[in-house]
Amino acid sequence: MQGLSRLFRRRQRYDDLSASIREHIAERTDELVDEGMPRLQAEQVARREFGNVTLIEERSREVWQWAASERIAADLKFVFRRLRKSPGFAATVLLTLAIGIGANTAVFSVLNSVLLRPLPYPEPQELVSLHLNAPGAPGLAEFRNELRLSASMYFTFAAHNRTFQFVGVWGPGTASITGLAQPEQVNTAQISDGVLETLNVPALVGQWLTPADQDAHGLGRVMLSYGYWQRRFGGDPGVVGRTISVNSQSRVIAGVMPRGFKVVNYDFDLLVPLALDPTKEILAGFAYRGIARLRPGVAIPQANADAARLLNVWMDSWSNGPGSDPHWYLRWEITPALQPLKDAVVGSINSVLWVIMGTIGVVMLIACTNVANLLLVRADARQQELSIRSALGAGKWRIARELLLESLTLGLLGGAAGVAVAYGGLRLLTAIGPENLPRLSEISLDGWSVAFTLVLSVLSGLLFGAIPVLRYVPSRQHLTLLGTTRTASVGRERQRGRNLLVVAQVAMALVLLIGAVLMIRTFLAMRNVDPGFSDPASLQVMRLSIPETLVRDSTTVVRMQNSIINKLAAIPGVSSAGFAASVPMSGAEPSWDEILIEGKNYEGDNPPMRLYNYISPGYFHTAGTRFVAGRDFTWAEIYSVRPIGIVSEGLAGELWGSPGAAIGKHFREFESQPWHEVVGVVQDVRENGVDQVSPATVYWPPLMGDPSVLEKLGAWRTVYFALRTPRAGMQSLVSDMQQAVWSVNANVPVTDVSTMQEIYSDSMARTSFTLVMLAIAGSMALVLGIIGIYGVISYTVSRRTREIGIRLALGAQRTELRWMFVRSALVLTAIGVGIGVAAAAGLTRLMKSLLFGISPLDPFTYAAVPLVLAVAAVLASYLPARRAASVDPVEALRAE
Amino acid sequence: MAKDTDRRDLFPGALEIMILQTLRLRPMHGYALVKHIKQVSDNLLEVEEGSLYPALQRMLKGGLLESEMGTSAKGRPTRIYRVTDAGLRHLEKEISSFEKMFSGITRVLAVARA
Repeated sequence: MQGLSRLFRRRQRYDDLSASIREHIAERTDELVDEGMPRLQAEQVARREFGNVTLIEERSREVWQWAASERIAADLKFVFRRLRKSPGFAATVLLTLAIGIGANTAVFSVLNSVLLRPLPYPEPQELVSLHLNAPGAPGLAEFRNELRLSASMYFTFAAHNRTFQFVGVWGPGTASITGLAQPEQVNTAQISDGVLETLNVPALVGQWLTPADQDAHGLGRVMLSYGYWQRRFGGDPGVVGRTISVNSQSRVIAGVMPRGFKVVNYDFDLLVPLALDPTKEILAGFAYRGIARLRPGVAIPQANADAARLLNVWMDSWSNGPGSDPHWYLRWEITPALQPLKDAVVGSINSVLWVIMGTIGVVMLIACTNVANLLLVRADARQQELSIRSALGAGKWRIARELLLESLTLGLLGGAAGVAVAYGGLRLLTAIGPENLPRLSEISLDGWSVAFTLVLSVLSGLLFGAIPVLRYVPSRQHLTLLGTTRTASVGRERQRGRNLLVVAQVAMALVLLIGAVLMIRTFLAMRNVDPGFSDPASLQVMRLSIPETLVRDSTTVVRMQNSIINKLAAIPGVSSAGFAASVPMSGAEPSWDEILIEGKNYEGDNPPMRLYNYISPGYFHTAGTRFVAGRDFTWAEIYSVRPIGIVSEGLAGELWGSPGAAIGKHFREFESQPWHEVVGVVQDVRENGVDQVSPATVYWPPLMGDPSVLEKLGAWRTVYFALRTPRAGMQSLVSDMQQAVWSVNANVPVTDVSTMQEIYSDSMARTSFTLVMLAIAGSMALVLGIIGIYGVISYTVSRRTREIGIRLALGAQRTELRWMFVRSALVLTAIGVGIGVAAAAGLTRLMKSLLFGISPLDPFTYAAVPLVLAVAAVLASYLPARRAASVDPVEALRAE
Repeated sequence: MAKDTDRRDLFPGALEIMILQTLRLRPMHGYALVKHIKQVSDNLLEVEEGSLYPALQRMLKGGLLESEMGTSAKGRPTRIYRVTDAGLRHLEKEISSFEKMFSGITRVLAVARA
């Protein structure tokens, strides 16, 4: 209200002022007339004496104004009026900016959510992952980038450390839940004491598991995840204290963890106590992931030193059984390499995200140059107006301010639209992003994203606004020059500005296109790798677990698995079926150890680690894994527990020279085991993805041990069944499979149903995601670059129409004229390509970790992309060049 | 613009003092002010319109003057400016500080001449 009345009073003041000045001049006129001057002349003299009325009024008014902001408001009004008058220009610029800024904001939001934002635990900077390296354990690196912790290590760490507040180990698992609805397989996180204390997120309902729940002889309570609580119990807070049947054992529910709580990056349904028994543990059993919370003020090097000390304590206080050397593990050179927990969560995705962020940033730069070009053309058209204003006394800064204000307004409007684009873009990104993208659920637009958008909008506004300002704000000395360009061709200097922009655009587009083509070639190279199985689209996979609490006897487990295979194979359309402890690229926890071969003396030697798998007869046939030599297992051999094995081609070659020579040879895991005979050799399988080496693999029969003692027989209880069928992926097949399993045992749930194609694609998700993003960025850059070249050449043509007319009149050939313009575009492109190739050679090194099968300096790519750009440049310049050549000399000379 | 005003004003604040002093005699409108100062100073001082009107607005805003609707000598509507109490106090203060300054300058000049 007060502001309004002040505005009203101000209006009154302005009117008063005008009245005063009018009267001032009128009175002076009257006086002059009284002195005998003719009225008309008197009026002129009075006005001249008074001076510039408008200026004086303006300066007098300024006294009442909040000067700067009102001037800007007035300028803004002018900017908007001008934008409204050229809706085509405004729409083009705003759309370009909205897409550019939106894409950047979306990618930044992902980057921010995944890489920059702290983990959602209290004091996240104190959290570490207990990463151990074992450079002295050869072969381990082929399937694991770290040595996991054994239970005995955990006990040592928990009892004797000096640098941790809490320490715990955990591992993912599954459990079947019965008695609620259909039998259901759920994901469990098996946690030791200390895990919840380390992460320190309080229970939403009920309470944490306590040390009492970790009693190896009791049945500890369990906790629910928020999602499972909602899904199965409808969010009923009375669920605490109820019992559920986990793997056919009754367990009490202790509490519910809040929404979004994960164990590190693992989204579980059920928290189950590990219930480790210190009286039964040995040194070995490297199966658990360790996490710890550092004491305040402890740095990672300090914690590493503590952990190194603890490893010695560990070897001093545990053993692998009577007669074994506890310090044998010194050979493995186990070294602690603790990482901030965030690094462990984020993993290798950060290189992908930074590459994408850089790429999208370059697209933004290209978009800015295009906008700058449009602004240059616009400023060109206003040149007359600007020089007149300058001549009338408008200051340099005054004109610059207005031009900058226009570009800033465009930037901010584009940014506002960009937020909307980013919102849509984020949904798209999370949809096409790798499903295993860490922290996927945490991705959101937050204050940082909005701040980023704002900064980006202002910066880009200043960037593309500065170019016309530098070019067009006239200094007074230039005034005379400015008026004279009407009939001449464009001044060299002005054209040079636009040429520079085109060169920059071509260079940036080239870098992006090279990146995109490198990713395409990587993708193709990966597709060409034989993964070790055939036609993944017709290979159906599911996981199934038979817990000890359901079936105790190992032989019965294998018989059940055998009859499930028979039932599955009998499903219409299924040609064969089999199972394996782990199928390639599924991310299943690997099992591994060394093997000893017959006739070799291992005294003081350190045999490498081999990947283990356990397979049924028919599995290789079903998966399409070729036998290089020998034969498959038979069921009769399985049930008679014959000591046999199959090895991978690479392993056979390494140990016995050739696959054929391996047949009939013997090996074993440890000395008390009978020698196993190699009956077959299969092709190498890319277990960890096609871009990773095929690990040397030993395939054991699914039932092993001492057949004379029932308790000493072991079966593999959680296995993947594979089915070869053209019906793979169909819903009807899935229900047929379920029926087949339940006809054998109604309490066994089926999980992880997918086709091998899905698993295969998931393993390439990182590559295909990068590919899609780079391809989008590359094509945007190409289109923007072509538009840039087209715009500059056609603008040059239009400015040089007169000159063209003169040339034609003097007898220039039309083909020669066309070539003149195409050539100028080619020269610009060539310079841009030169710069771009040099930049790409430097920048693509950064994406080396994303490439497979080709070098970052792949000659084909570096030859093809410039060629494509050159062709695009010829096309983009040919159209305006043709127009130039078709100019009628008479018309051209009359133009303007 | 600031440069121009500096040149025409003898020193900062001189124009304000002359306006206040003139208006103290009687309220008047802008043109009358200019004429009065010119006459009284025997044409030695000329008030530029370009400085006068912004200065009047500044003083209005500062509460040294107030303005009211009135008529000119010719009977046309215009604004009549009048000194406020605050304006008078400001004038006294300025005059005394000017006098001190003048006497200081005079003494320095006298010494220099001797």
